[in-house]
Amino acid sequence: MSDITNQSLFELTSNIKEKKLSSEEITKAFINRAEKSKKLNVYVTDNFEKAIDQSKKFDSNPNLDFKLPGIPIAVKDLFCTNGVRTTAGSKILNNFVPTYESTVTQNLWGQGAILLGKLNCDEFAMGSSNETSFFGNVQNPVGENLVPGGSSGGSSAAVAANLTPVTIGTDTGGSIRQPASFTGTVGLKPTYGSCSRYGIVAFASSLDQAGPMTKNVRDCSMLLEVISSFDQKDSTSIDYKRNNYSKELSKDIKGKKIGIPKEYRVDNMPEEIEHLWKNGISYAKDCGAEIIDISLPHTNYALPTYYIVAPAEASSNLARYDGVKYGFRSPGQNLIEMYEKTRSEGFGDEVKRRIMIGTYVLSSGYYDAYYLKAQKVRQLIKKDFDDAFSKVDAILTPSTPSSAFKIGEKTNDPVSMYLNDIFTVPINLAGLPGISIPAGKDKNNYPLGLQVIGKPFDEQNILNISYALEDKINFKNDISDWWLSE
Amino acid sequence: MSIDLKTVKHISKLARISIDDEKANKLKGDLNNIFEFIEKLNELNTDNVQALTSIAETTLRFRKDEIKSENIREKILKNSPEENKDFFVVPKVVE
Repeated sequence: MSDITNQSLFELTSNIKEKKLSSEEITKAFINRAEKSKKLNVYVTDNFEKAIDQSKKFDSNPNLDFKLPGIPIAVKDLFCTNGVRTTAGSKILNNFVPTYESTVTQNLWGQGAILLGKLNCDEFAMGSSNETSFFGNVQNPVGENLVPGGSSGGSSAAVAANLTPVTIGTDTGGSIRQPASFTGTVGLKPTYGSCSRYGIVAFASSLDQAGPMTKNVRDCSMLLEVISSFDQKDSTSIDYKRNNYSKELSKDIKGKKIGIPKEYRVDNMPEEIEHLWKNGISYAKDCGAEIIDISLPHTNYALPTYYIVAPAEASSNLARYDGVKYGFRSPGQNLIEMYEKTRSEGFGDEVKRRIMIGTYVLSSGYYDAYYLKAQKVRQLIKKDFDDAFSKVDAILTPSTPSSAFKIGEKTNDPVSMYLNDIFTVPINLAGLPGISIPAGKDKNNYPLGLQVIGKPFDEQNILNISYALEDKINFKNDISDWWLSE
Repeated sequence: MSIDLKTVKHISKLARISIDDEKANKLKGDLNNIFEFIEKLNELNTDNVQALTSIAETTLRFRKDEIKSENIREKILKNSPEENKDFFVVPKVVE
């Protein structure tokens, strides 16, 4: 049997069900490794002691019908966890201990999983490198001083470094898929309305979705099956019949029509990414898929649209952090001064920048020129996809325009940081499901991902296509454990 | 168009985030770069396009108006920045 922490969710679950491993053995193995991996800075808050107690409790009376029987899982620190500090990577929530549980995490525990701890992320999920976190940047296990992507950077690093078997992140403009691409892992953003937003610290409510981050596609299907559910507590949750994604997982994609959008061939894209994409196309052909050239004419307008819509929603969502009912408070002579000081000291620079953009585009005299304009362009972007999906079953693109970059490389230039999400943002604007799978490496040996985009609620199809491609690509993430301490 | 220092100060007032002059100047630069990038949208004619207000094409559900959680006062006050078992405490508002 291979080292416990190397194992996939599928293997761990099988080993528990066949009684070859106990929940306690597995939980302790991940905790031991985490103790030696502090250099990566993936944890904001650990739950190790309680996790060991819970694993013992599971072993004393194991329910093997669960989908995640006694499996320890760490989650992004954006999910409210009852009784466990939830910070969203922000000073303003540094001392916040929720008294309720998010629906998505409740779904995990309801299937037997055990909380290992809360994973670092960009502040309020605003960032593409995990460098905006109040709790410091995260190291990418792929190489020293390399960003793990963001905003789910602690999550992607934790999966790649074998510190959790799987995890869940959130994705507003690429925050699951881009870090997955940067770390050689798999990340899926489900269709808007699939996974409940209840109990997730809100960033941009019309774009936010939770999703699985895993070592491989099969694990991804297993985890999606658990977290995707209709929820009365989220007014935009959609009531439809969800698949048994893992049971229906299949490599048979013969006859599937896969679209290749010409607009994703952007200027200055490294040759390696072009090459990776071509490989993906030829693998899809080998599997019997039909390749069709398509056009998504408004692709270039997606990022500017996103940088109006997302900050606008954020500025209104983050109005709640005023130092009155919870979180950090900076005292003031009067109420207004208290608000202004609390928010000035409690939020980091990127969050302030986005609140300011959002406030401006929603302010009197500018609403029509910016916010309304962006909502109209969003309609055009969605229509591009509607048109494309009348001809194809799925769309194949690169996940990111580059591989992981160095810590500090882009922090002084917000726009160049935003350009990281050029291939992922349109999918959120259109509410579609998208998955990033590791597909190759660049000249520095850093991972690169391919993205498969699907029709709304067609997660099964993109999982199946990814499953078939994964088999052909046969990616190996040889990570050297350079960060381990004794 | 460009955003001047006065506008930055005005937005910071609206957003209830106090900023000093140095920060305001830095933000002015950042915001102008970002808005320059956003201006690209003006290339498109959207006169006859309907704004997309919700991606999930569903109407909001109705539910019965009934109390589901009781006695949660303690839970609600638990994270209060200033301790008081009955209320949230803020600086004096009425003179």
